[in-house]
Amino acid sequence: MAKGFSVIRMPGFGFVAIACFLVLYLPIATLVVYAFNAGTSIAIWQGFSLRWFVSAWNNERVIETALRSLNIAVVAATLATVVATMAALATTRTAPYRGLTFKYAFINQPLMVPEIVTAVALLIFFSRIKVWTGYSGLGYLIAAHTAFCIPFAYMPIRARLESMDLTLERAAADLYAAPWAVFRRVTFPLLWPGILSGFMLAFVISLDDVVITEFVKSGGQDTLPTYMLGQIKRQVTPEINAISTVFLVISVIIVTGFFLVNRKRP
Amino acid sequence: MPRAAEFATAAARRDIRDRWLLSAPALLIIFFAAIGPLFIVLLYSFMVKGDYGDVKFWQFTSDAWISVLFERDLFDDTVSFADAHLSVLWRSVKLSAATTLLCLVFGFPTAYFIATRPERQRDVWILLVTIPFWTNLLIRTFAVQELIRNEGIVNSFLQWIGLIDQPIQMMFTEFAVMVGMVYVFLPLMVLPIYASMEKLDFRLVEAGYDLYAGRLQVLRRVILPLVRPGIVAGSILVFIPALGAYVTPRLLGGGKSLMLGTLIELQFGQGRNWPLGAALSITLMAIVMAALLFYVRTVSRGGNRNG
Repeated sequence: MAKGFSVIRMPGFGFVAIACFLVLYLPIATLVVYAFNAGTSIAIWQGFSLRWFVSAWNNERVIETALRSLNIAVVAATLATVVATMAALATTRTAPYRGLTFKYAFINQPLMVPEIVTAVALLIFFSRIKVWTGYSGLGYLIAAHTAFCIPFAYMPIRARLESMDLTLERAAADLYAAPWAVFRRVTFPLLWPGILSGFMLAFVISLDDVVITEFVKSGGQDTLPTYMLGQIKRQVTPEINAISTVFLVISVIIVTGFFLVNRKRP
Repeated sequence: MPRAAEFATAAARRDIRDRWLLSAPALLIIFFAAIGPLFIVLLYSFMVKGDYGDVKFWQFTSDAWISVLFERDLFDDTVSFADAHLSVLWRSVKLSAATTLLCLVFGFPTAYFIATRPERQRDVWILLVTIPFWTNLLIRTFAVQELIRNEGIVNSFLQWIGLIDQPIQMMFTEFAVMVGMVYVFLPLMVLPIYASMEKLDFRLVEAGYDLYAGRLQVLRRVILPLVRPGIVAGSILVFIPALGAYVTPRLLGGGKSLMLGTLIELQFGQGRNWPLGAALSITLMAIVMAALLFYVRTVSRGGNRNG
């Protein structure tokens, strides 16, 4: 026992961990493999083919809903990132002031409430406004997405700000830089990785949303995930696998990008 | 120097005012598109239901709240417990608790495994946990569905090795919902446990062994108490979304294994009973708030004991 006794080893833990990783990736891997199936089944392998990617590409509904998803995600993530940056500047690097804790709680609130409850609440609220104003455009979806993206954009920006001290900004101000110039020339370049991370998180969160979109959308406002939800309930062909695969690739790229931006440099 | 002091307070006041202005857009958006509407839900839960969905405005009643727990007999007006709602409520709590427990059983060793890798490898392992986490929940649920369908890989494999003759019906059962939720929420357990494990000083573990503790004792007396905040945080992060889960029970559970999330949706769809849906939403939120309160109290108590 004395020889080769490792204090950090726990018997069986490594096995469970490897099993976990396999289980995490097995379903996704299967899904991707069957996207390349030549047959119409999602269970029986009938040879390699790209036909389902072609079919998804030629499916007008897919393209239309994908573009709508992108449109909402870009606008909502941008808005969320801008207001989250402002909020982060207002809530960090300061002595505690009255209302600070309130702001934290407020900004993180969308994380605390179950999505289905927010979805129901927005359904009720927006359906009233639709009746009153007659407007039924994408604005509702964008507002809803912006709101739940804010905490995700806020977290990395705040974390980044807290690791920056005020010395450089004070120096710039001492050299008669106006507040806006200080922000543009000093704060922003230093804060940039946090802002980028925040934007990426918000973007992915908006792109992935099913529940809130499903309740808030008006007729003809399906996004790619709600369209897929409808398709999965009916009958599934590998086309859904092909769309999922493309979706997965985009998510992996964004997450890896986020990871590289935030990597601790030695 | 009164004048300098006045100047300083004025500057401080201006600073705080600027900080409110800066945070105002974020707070306003969240108020109008997230928090505010929750109060409307509360209001709706006390209104009379409309004939074709929606509500009859300003006609108040507590019918919806009563029907969360009780049902009125159509013929003799007697009131009894609403079995249908109670069983859904019970199933939600039961499945969420089971999911949390299973995630803990699988997630804890995984987090431990990652935390004990050489420092340079850890980032990659964490990335491997993070990727499924940021992958579309719908796609992951769909992936599970493909595996456990009657014609799915799992059944095909079991039939191929001759263990079973007929496919096992897994879809549209509580088991399917639980498997799906464990799969979907596992990263939410691993990440916080890892975060507190990363800070664990392994010299304490070594000291435990030096004092003749066995592995189980070290695990129970040294490691578990030190990573307790991570375990509590992970459990809350899994339990809360599991309780309100909508996509997973809808796809894997079907009509037989309704959970709170799908039951609420039904009231706004086929059920056309918005007040009941609103009351159920508030009930769900109350349970979540209770869980969060429990979390805050547990963490603060743990902090006092360690500090």
